[in-house]
Amino acid sequence: MTAAPIHKIAITSEGPSLADPVDARFGRAGGFVMVDLESMATTYVDNGSSQVLAQGAGIQAAENLVKAGAQALLTGHVGPKAWTALQATGVKVVQGVENMTVGEAVTKFKAGLFAFSDAPSR
Amino acid sequence: MIIAIASGKGGTGKTTVSASLASVWKRPVLAVDMDVEEPNLHLFLKQASVSRDAAYLDVPVLDQALCKLCGACAELCQFKAISLMGGHLLVFPDMCHGCGGCMRICPEGALQKGQRELGVVEMGITADGIPCLAGRLRIGEALSPPLMGKVRQRMHAHASKYSLDILIDAPPGVSCPAMTAVQDADMVLLVTEPTPFGLHDLRLAWLAFRPLGKPMGVVINRAGLGDDRVQTFCQEKGLPLLAEIPYRRDIAEHYAHGGILAHLDAGMKATFEHLVEQLDRIGGAVNHA
Repeated sequence: MTAAPIHKIAITSEGPSLADPVDARFGRAGGFVMVDLESMATTYVDNGSSQVLAQGAGIQAAENLVKAGAQALLTGHVGPKAWTALQATGVKVVQGVENMTVGEAVTKFKAGLFAFSDAPSR
Repeated sequence: MIIAIASGKGGTGKTTVSASLASVWKRPVLAVDMDVEEPNLHLFLKQASVSRDAAYLDVPVLDQALCKLCGACAELCQFKAISLMGGHLLVFPDMCHGCGGCMRICPEGALQKGQRELGVVEMGITADGIPCLAGRLRIGEALSPPLMGKVRQRMHAHASKYSLDILIDAPPGVSCPAMTAVQDADMVLLVTEPTPFGLHDLRLAWLAFRPLGKPMGVVINRAGLGDDRVQTFCQEKGLPLLAEIPYRRDIAEHYAHGGILAHLDAGMKATFEHLVEQLDRIGGAVNHA
């Protein structure tokens, strides 16, 4: 993977703002709060197109994320197929992020308190 | 004549009824266990194995050197088995339903035919000479209808070659596997029990199968348990109640030992012989219409 500096991250979220809770699910997450780490500007990417799928939600969510230009993802759990997709497209993944707000997750990420995962959850 | 023995609720007695019908059927018959996720008809028919063949689904394999990343295949696939993202074409053969569309649409011939093992198709024969057919899904395989498709091909080939009637022991529920199992039938026999769950799922089954336009009939198992709302439902919907199996301890014990219910006593034998006549009357009318 490239060592380019990360300036745009995505956090799975139950709502559109930094005050909303992190959604621990990836494929079936409500959406992604996209954060520009320099300006701290946020945008919201709805993930409804993945939620309605009978199968392949994780793959669809990865597509949505890559399209939105995320370089890193903070979430609870990423399944094996979504993991493969994110690895192939070079998106770094932090797992185990839950029970906090999106804003708290961003603060912890910037403080270097999270480690990137090297394997998917089951 | 093809009869599917189905139910909404699991554990109502589909296999009990299927095994007994096979044992008293008046013409040569093929007994098919279509519950490929957990086949159990063999526990009662105890057939000896005749053949066991692995079944495969054609799935795409990508030749990266030929792919121009046009994305036509990814756009066509309805099941996310192919995804184009970030300049990469990713193939997930586990997700493939085997339609073959991606391989046909690719202008570069970059998707070739590979195979995913679905499970096995087993043929056998009982001590009484009843031929049996079953599918057994590979552990880890997520889709049962593709394997059921292979079982159905074999079923039709065998039954037409030897002029056999067919009894299909369907999987429970009302989703794709159940619909796949009943689609070949001339008639659907719904097995239920007189409990709130039994009624609820009988209603679901009736709703799911009714659009197929096939005649349906009902067997009530564990009759005497619960209440009479299933009977009322059948009357309201014009569903003929074709047999009742009483709620008795000796029946449960016989079942637990792997016995065929029609062999338990003269009463049970008569119950199933009568059921066969009813099925012949209703299903036969359709067949010769």
